[in-house]
Formats: sequence, C-alpha cells, structure tokens
Amino acid sequence: MTVERLLLSGDDAVALAALHAGVRLGTGYPGTPSTEILETFDQLGGRAQWSPNEKVALEVGIGSAFAGARTLVTMKHVGLNVAADALFTAAYTDVEGGLVVVSADDPGMASSQNEQDNRHYARAAALPMLEPSDSQQAYDFTWLAFEISERWKIPVILRLTTRICHAKTVVRPRPALQTLPEPHFKRDVPARVMIPAYAKPAHLRLRRKLAEIAAWNEAEGPFELHEGDPKLGIVATGIGAMHAREAAPDATHLSFGLTYPLPIERLRAFADRVERLVVIEEGDPVLVDSLRAVGLPAEGKPEMYRFGELNVERVRRILANDTSPEAVPPKGKPPELCPGCSHRGVFETLRDLDCIVSGDIGCYTLGVLPPFSAMDTCVCMGASIGVGLGLRHVLPEEQARRVVSVIGDSTFVHSGLTGLAEMVYNPPPTGHLVLILDNGTTAMTGQQEHPGTGRLLDHSATNLLNFEETARAMGVQNVHVIDTTSLKDDSLRDLITNLLACNETSLIVTRQPCVLAAPKIRLYEKANAEQRAATCAADLVD
Amino acid sequence: MKVKNVVIAGLGGQGVLKASDILADAAFRAGFDVKKSELHGMSQRGGSVSSDVRYGEGILSPMVPPGEADVLVVLEETQVEINRPTLRAGGVLIAPDVLAPEALKNKKSLNVALLGAASTVLDIADEHWIAAMHANLAEKLHTLNEQAFEIGREAARARGLS
Repeated sequence: MTVERLLLSGDDAVALAALHAGVRLGTGYPGTPSTEILETFDQLGGRAQWSPNEKVALEVGIGSAFAGARTLVTMKHVGLNVAADALFTAAYTDVEGGLVVVSADDPGMASSQNEQDNRHYARAAALPMLEPSDSQQAYDFTWLAFEISERWKIPVILRLTTRICHAKTVVRPRPALQTLPEPHFKRDVPARVMIPAYAKPAHLRLRRKLAEIAAWNEAEGPFELHEGDPKLGIVATGIGAMHAREAAPDATHLSFGLTYPLPIERLRAFADRVERLVVIEEGDPVLVDSLRAVGLPAEGKPEMYRFGELNVERVRRILANDTSPEAVPPKGKPPELCPGCSHRGVFETLRDLDCIVSGDIGCYTLGVLPPFSAMDTCVCMGASIGVGLGLRHVLPEEQARRVVSVIGDSTFVHSGLTGLAEMVYNPPPTGHLVLILDNGTTAMTGQQEHPGTGRLLDHSATNLLNFEETARAMGVQNVHVIDTTSLKDDSLRDLITNLLACNETSLIVTRQPCVLAAPKIRLYEKANAEQRAATCAADLVD
Repeated sequence: MKVKNVVIAGLGGQGVLKASDILADAAFRAGFDVKKSELHGMSQRGGSVSSDVRYGEGILSPMVPPGEADVLVVLEETQVEINRPTLRAGGVLIAPDVLAPEALKNKKSLNVALLGAASTVLDIADEHWIAAMHANLAEKLHTLNEQAFEIGREAARARGLS
C-alpha cells in the first residue's frame, strides 16, 4: 500500500487538493454547504480568509490570479449571484495563475432560500465547469480545474452540490506539488482592462478558448463509461451518476466531469450505441436540452422531479416513467431560534408592536416561525433594508410607520451597508428603522468570523468594523446600541415606538454574543489579548 | 460483501453527525468502501437531523434509499416514527428505550451508547470502533464514551437485539 487512503467530505477533498495543488490564497464567504472548504484549507496550513461578501472574495481572487498565484474562491450557489458581476467579466480576462470558483449548489434546499441550478452560469458566463460525483472526483477535479484554468488562462467553475460537499467518501490523494511559480506582476493591459476596445477582442478570445476546451473535452476530458445492456443508456453527471448506477446496475452508463462545454461527439457516439437514451440530472433540464438541441433523441425526467434532490428511488421512478404521487415523508421538527438566544426578545417586541418586519438571511429568519411569527419578507442577503425602504415609500402612512428592517451582523456587512447608504440617500417620508441583531458571529453557517467581529478566519485579531460609528458617519440620524441582557424592562419597546413615530432614519444595534459561540469567542479574545500584550512587551524591549 | 445501510437520526445538537462520523470512520478503518451523507445548516438549530452511512464493497449513492436501512438509530423518541419509513422490513431499530432510564451518567453520551447498541448488529471489529471513537472525540471524554459504548452494547445484548 503506497497510496494513502482517506475518508473525506467533498469540501475537505477540495481543500486538500487546493493545498496539494499549491493554492496561495483561498477567499470566500461562508454559506452552507460550501463553508468547510476554506476552514479546512486553513486548518491544513493554507492561507484562507473570509471576505465581506462573495463579490469582494472573487475580486480579491481575480487580483491574486492576475499576479500568477493559484487561487480558490468558494461560495454557495446564491453567493454566485452576488459575485456574478465580477465573474462575467473575469471570463474575458487572461488569468495568469489558476482561478477556480466553487459554486456549492443546494438542490432540495436543505438550508437555502432557492434551489437555483448554477450550471446555467457556466453557459451564461462562458466558463468551463467541472462537476464531481464523489470526494475522489472533488479532489481530482480541483487539480484538473487549476490545470485547465492555467492552460487556457480562464477562470473555471467547480460545481459541487450538497451531497458532494457533505458526503464523506474514500479519497486517494496524489503527491503535493513541490515547486510553484512565484507570484509576479506582469503588465498586460489588453488582457485585463475591459474597456470596449479591449473587451471586443477579449470576447472573441474567450469563445476561441471555449472551442479549444470543448475539443480537449472530446479527446481527453474526464469521463466514465460503464458497459451494460445497450437497451438502456443513461447519461448522468454529478451525484446523479451515482444514483443512476445504483438504480439501474444493468444499464450502460456514461458520466462525464467537464459538463461545460459539452463533449457532444462523445455523447453522440454513446447515443448511437444504445436503444433508449435517458438523461439523469438534478435540477433543471440543462443537459437534456443541450442533447436535444443537437438532435439527439434524449429522454429527460418528468417535471415533478425537477424539484428537490434526486435519490436512487426517484431515479428508478424516472426510468420507469412513473409520475404517480410520491410518498410524502413525515414532517420532522422544524429548526428554531435557540432557547437561550438573547435576540428572541427583539422578535417578541416586534410581534407585540405589530410591526411589518422586513427580514433577512441567517438564524434570524427563524423569527418567522412561532412563537414569534415576526417576519413578513425575506429575499436574499441584505434585502431587508432595501425591501423595508420600498414598503415605506409606497404604503399608506399608518402602515408605513410599522415597517422595520431586521438584519444580522454578518449579513449587514455582506450587503446591508449599501442598503444603509440607500436609506440615507433616499429616505422615505416616514423615515425608516433598521435593527442590526449583532450576535458577534456568522451563527447559521457554524460561527464564522466577519469584519464586524474583529477577528480573522483563524480567529486571530484584526481591525474591527464598528457598525454604530459607520452608520453615524454615513449620516443615519438616530443611532442606538442596546445590550440585550439588559432587556428586562420595556426600554427596547419604548425606543422602537419612539423611532417609529418620528420621520427620521434610525438604526438600533442590539448586541449580545450568540449563546453557542460565546464560550469560544471568550477563548479567542483571551488568546488575542495575550498576543497583543506580548507584542507590546516586545516593542518596549526594542 | 453486501452493502450495509445505517441511518442515524435525532434532533440538532444531540450528536447525530458525530455518531455517524464515528461509524463511518470505524467502517473505513475496517477496510470497507464507505459513503456518509448528511444535511447541515438549518438542521443545527434544534430541528430534525439525520445522517446516512453505507459501507461494504463499491458504494455508489451516498444516500440510503427509502425503506432500505438495515439499521436505524434514533436518538430521540419523538423522531422514531418520522424516520421509520427509512427502515427495511426486518431491519433493526435502535432507540433510547434500549437503555434503562438511568443507565447513563452523562446524557451527552447517548449517541455513543446507542452506537454501542448498534455495534452488536454491525460487523466491525472492536479495535476499529475504539480507534474511531478516539479519532473523533476529545481525549478527556474517551473513558466516559468507551463506558457509554459498552453500556449500550450490553443493553442491546440483554434485549437480544444481536
């Protein structure tokens, strides 16, 4: 046995591959199911950092790749929407070091607000996409993604899904790279400055790159053929390939890893050798439509299977063309705000005041459930402020005065800051009230740091973004900070009532650490204080 | 070897994921192919949570198909009926009532105790269970958890589960 055998989640496999492939910088924003990639990369000794949001993470990543460094940028599927502006133009540029963007999709919405299928982004942004079907492939395709990225100087999307990210399977890693080029800035303006004069040829260049990558995919791209009965041929990608092989062990199976641009000729050859051609894919009919577009007689799945995850049983049903109603699994217990959460009182107060609550993403979304039932809207990260302002602008005054925006601390930094700027710039006639429920961590995804905690991804000390000072400097008229442990009286209730009655812009920061994170936060702070003290002492000796 | 399907279920915070990590690691150390699948996120906030572990030769899907679990371990009585559809006919159900009410000194080791009960119907050698527990649990808890594992195992044997 010369090859080490490991049991790794897909996330951990990507992190290990990033380390072995010589990634110099990993950036991202935490989001289930992608979060553990950077955390593991950090624990393995890689250089990883959380950015305020996915767009910034990708921008930092683009710069790092321009400098010739292999770079990994991670996010969940909805995060790619935030990063999309940067992504689409990054596609036109020539990246010097490999740039791999992870999109961790969540079919079935285990913990997300939609189940968008990010395969559409590969086509829309014209970027190659690799889709592994287990941890071994997650490891191998991370390497491959860097190789493709550098060979064609193009960002590559590595699309994972929940059952890849959080499934542990056996991985045999390969030896780590020993030498890597040193980052170095080489001026190449036409390849990096996308003014129209340079962007027009860049688009042509991008399409040429894609054509070359497609040819490479035909000739030597990653694919697996499992010979079986030619009566049934199944084409599948990602986790769907695993379900399909188990559901129809006797069929002939083709699965492939580089799912954009497609190896069409290979698929055509496969179609020619089987009698019935079925496409098994989770989510939208992306692959089946592509096959039909080139005239292949591919069968897709009935519309009912577009929703939620696939599993072996559902694939059996798809193959049998069974559209009878599926058994409804018994309802589990829904999640809830933690019993000891110090911010529960805020939702109780908003409920008692009959506020119209424009909510946001994170633990606090759980304020929508009983016993609070204190949330009326929730769209995406940061939307609480913009949506609240929109409600305020058009509702009759009596209702407008009841509108409150509620947002968590990490989410506020992610995309609430620009909402606050909008509130200062376009205040509704009745003013507006924003509440930042600051629990000192990114709680929902497992207690990650953010610019408002004053600690880095590895929990060491850094500068702190002060919300109340920022809001004052931005021009918010009334700024208040409340420690929720002192909420034994009606002070919060009275404050909210007063602010709702005036026509000014207001921010209340309710502050108390997450009950789950507090013990760890105390440890980090103690360690950081000791480190700071040690540094000062060293300075004095100097 | 035929694929062995195990589902571990309970509420967020009970150690469902930790228990499935230990089982997957034990099967891995025993030399089997292993796949383990779970859902994170919202489920960590006290809601229902479950984790699938499959081991044997050449595992494909990481999820146990409905009605195909050989063993279902449930850490919370209210979650038994919700998860029963995952169990195959003749499959083994292991729930807290396997244990005597005051059997455990520390309720937090319930996950490991029920894993001990499950171990009586899973073909994994003791040394792999011990190694997996040591690899996945804090060192100061090793003795406590080994005891809990043994308590669960004895209880299961006394009840004739194995």
